[in-house]
Amino acid sequence: MSDPVRRIKAPVRLEYSVTAGKDLSRFLVAIADGRLIGKRCPSCRKVYVPPRGVCPTCGVALGEDVPVSDTGTLTSFCIVNVPYEGQVMKLPYVYGSVLLDGADLPLSHLIQGIEAADVRMGLRVRAEWLPPEERRPTLESIRCFLPTGEEDAPFDTYKEHL
Amino acid sequence: MDRDHSGLPATARGEAAVLSTPYVLEYTYRRSVGPVIGRFFAGLREGKIQGALTTSGKVVVPPTEYDPETGEPIVDLVEVGGSGVVTTWCWVAEPRPRHPLDRPFGFALVKLDGADTALLHAVDAVREEHMKTKMRVKARFRAERTGAITDLVCFDPEISE
Repeated sequence: MSDPVRRIKAPVRLEYSVTAGKDLSRFLVAIADGRLIGKRCPSCRKVYVPPRGVCPTCGVALGEDVPVSDTGTLTSFCIVNVPYEGQVMKLPYVYGSVLLDGADLPLSHLIQGIEAADVRMGLRVRAEWLPPEERRPTLESIRCFLPTGEEDAPFDTYKEHL
Repeated sequence: MDRDHSGLPATARGEAAVLSTPYVLEYTYRRSVGPVIGRFFAGLREGKIQGALTTSGKVVVPPTEYDPETGEPIVDLVEVGGSGVVTTWCWVAEPRPRHPLDRPFGFALVKLDGADTALLHAVDAVREEHMKTKMRVKARFRAERTGAITDLVCFDPEISE
């Protein structure tokens, strides 16, 4: 008998079909168009980005669509130093929460154009969009967020959104 | 419902569109198989099926790593026949994408000649009326074998002379 087998590949694979729902679909369609939209809660006035059907705090259906800016403030971030299988980014890279101007919920995205060691809370950043013909209804239509060069936002302006 | 798998649609399709997309979650695990299953797989690579020899002399196929009666580690594997008898079965009329065969087949417990337990596998019987309890079936091996359970493609009904 030949040598025993020592190891086998035993992948686990699950194939889903994901449906975005009405509100998230409108958000994604707007992204393919180079726009960012949220929805305002008629009760607490908070603007949710991406939009959702119901305000999780007040429990009421959200109201009108609200355009939000593609510029915002980095509220928190993490520096990724650990390699893992399937990684496409060069280490170290920064993933952060961006509070878009006009929004009350930060969006997570890649922060580039700045050394990882220089990234800080309050950094002002702007979406770096793919060229219009490459945009699709996905957050990947925004390649990353880049520093705007503005002065950092004072802590008080985003302390409610951490 | 208005669905779209292209990922394109967007503005042209109007505001009412609800987007949907395929999403695959996959973990690329590798695992060590241990000394017993490792030898079982090496046997499959050579086109042989082996069972675990227990203290009381029974042959368990596929081999377990421990004697089901005493809990003692299994030391010896013995080769069993490449043919056997269907002890029970069910018919799969509409195979799923990852099933062993891409046409209707039977999932059966096959007690191989020389074995005391039955192995679960697919029987390529083509039609349900060809499946019968106690029917004889024969293992079909892949031509290029790698030492994996998939070296055993399925079982074919034995043609009676």
